[in-house]
Amino acid sequence: MSHPSTYEPNSGFEKWLDARLPVVRVMNDQFITFPTPRNLNYWWTFGGILTFMLISQIATGVVLAMHYVPAADRAFDSVEHIMRDVNWGWLLRYTHAVGASMFFLAAYIHTFRGLYYGSYKAPREILWILGVLILLLMIATAFMGYSLVWGQMSFWAVTVITNLFSSLDAVVPGIGTRLVQWIWGGFAVGGPTLTRLYSLHYLFPFLIAGVVVLHIWALHVPGNNNPTGIDVKGPRETLPFHPYYTMKDGFALVLFALLFASFVFYAPNTLGHTDNYIPANPLATPQHIVPEWYFLPFYAILRAIPSKLFGVAGLIGSIVVLFFVPWLDTSRVRSTRYRPIYKWFFWAFVVTCFVLGYLGSQPPEGVYLILGRIFTAYYFLFFLLVMPVVGWIEKPRGLPGSITEAVLGPEAKPQAAPRQREPEAAL
Amino acid sequence: MADNVTPAQFPIPQDEDDPSRRDVIMIAAGGFAAVGLGLGLWPLLDQMNPDQSALSLATIEVDLSHLEEGQALTVMWRGKPIFIRHRTAKEIEEAKAVPLDDLIDPIARNPNVPDGSPATDANRAATDREPWLVMIGICTHLGCIPKGQSVTDYKGNYGGWFCPCHGSQYDTAGRVRVGPAPQNMYIPPYAFITDTKIKIG
Repeated sequence: MSHPSTYEPNSGFEKWLDARLPVVRVMNDQFITFPTPRNLNYWWTFGGILTFMLISQIATGVVLAMHYVPAADRAFDSVEHIMRDVNWGWLLRYTHAVGASMFFLAAYIHTFRGLYYGSYKAPREILWILGVLILLLMIATAFMGYSLVWGQMSFWAVTVITNLFSSLDAVVPGIGTRLVQWIWGGFAVGGPTLTRLYSLHYLFPFLIAGVVVLHIWALHVPGNNNPTGIDVKGPRETLPFHPYYTMKDGFALVLFALLFASFVFYAPNTLGHTDNYIPANPLATPQHIVPEWYFLPFYAILRAIPSKLFGVAGLIGSIVVLFFVPWLDTSRVRSTRYRPIYKWFFWAFVVTCFVLGYLGSQPPEGVYLILGRIFTAYYFLFFLLVMPVVGWIEKPRGLPGSITEAVLGPEAKPQAAPRQREPEAAL
Repeated sequence: MADNVTPAQFPIPQDEDDPSRRDVIMIAAGGFAAVGLGLGLWPLLDQMNPDQSALSLATIEVDLSHLEEGQALTVMWRGKPIFIRHRTAKEIEEAKAVPLDDLIDPIARNPNVPDGSPATDANRAATDREPWLVMIGICTHLGCIPKGQSVTDYKGNYGGWFCPCHGSQYDTAGRVRVGPAPQNMYIPPYAFITDTKIKIG
């Protein structure tokens, strides 16, 4: 939340700088003394984890680009060259590849946390929309990065996904084909496609970084939501971000890094597909084309709809619907904690996402196809029907009077919070 | 600013400052800038279209003399696989026996016959050379390469081609019979230049 600045420039240089570019003041006010609700749980640590993952991906990506060759006849070999010849190349590439998975894992947890605690509700709609925009950019970036390996899965994933745009031929004949040839730079996926994917894969992470700055900005205007979903009532209910939440986020980050490192060092290829170690062959499609695990639910939605145009519309709609969540949810309370009916629908939605993920990895036939259709229907009904209707008919459980009361019980006497000490003492 | 500087010292001739005149200048300048922006943007977008070297690979010749009845051949044209099948009499009969009403896509998709021609076997096969079927071997759903060129491939229920990605099936004239593919496999522009040689493109 916006709060009066507590920054006191001490030295002459700090005063000189503060009058010209108050960057130290902004850092102090937004990341040291920033008032943060006292009751944030560990689900709130994924914002920090995601920031770490973005930095990790950019750092490993920039050095991988020093060795990778974006040419159709050399890309695959250059990846193997990184794995075998480049000093620490195996570590850098596995960190980057597993890092993409970890990035999505954290992003999905972060998104579900926002959904559960109603963090998208007023006054945080823009914050939420920027988050969905980051998710969209992440999806595009991960897809383009995966293509650069130029193995069989890379090549055919690019073919299938770029061909999605040809479904526009059903709207205006010819326009889809023109668009796809424009994306390819030819009449099929080939060298020109690879170089442009490489160029954009380098650009997009910096777009993400830019939107992340806006996302944090939009967060710091109303301040954090919290597990009760009720507004902070006064300074007693907050703690300065440092050291309280830097420590909490830091601890969670260490645990997350343990998981990340276990994959990098002990199971670096478990999350990938073996077919991507076969060089791309434009004349042979693999038996089953399967995307990386983090795209499987969306892939299941694409395949569940038996029409090319509407399948593509469903795929895009499954993300785009998130933009409208702040207005689809009609409930007066934010946190699902106090929503006895919606709670069940929410967890059914979480299960749906997992089931769709499993179905996306299976061939689209028989019972898998039928289940895919049922769960795809629920995916959309959750947003378009459950959110507006349940919010309207449900009687929420009684909200606690304040964050303090929610944590310490109704009889608890408010006690002085340890906050806003002198900067030296806080450090 | 000093107090003694008043607008009166900089008289604005009212008759020359007609507000509508300013609007015209603003709109004209804005429009001109927009046109300039569009012209400047066009090369940045058009550079992504297929380049001259890709366009120059547009024609190939293929020798078919060694292709026996029942055999198939795959060649590359514009980076795409071209399926050439020397069909058996049985395969031709099967394709001819299909009523047009049974087809998902009733259009021939063949640039060598008039636009919008029905997808009869005659309109799909080479003109006056019925055993020969030449088409772009790309599934019209999402661009995978269907199975069916090799003798041992599973060819689907209609004996033509089967796409492993999403299960589309094509008959012996390359027409889609089971979705999700919306259209018959496309036929490239081609012609027989001798009895055993075709030119594609």
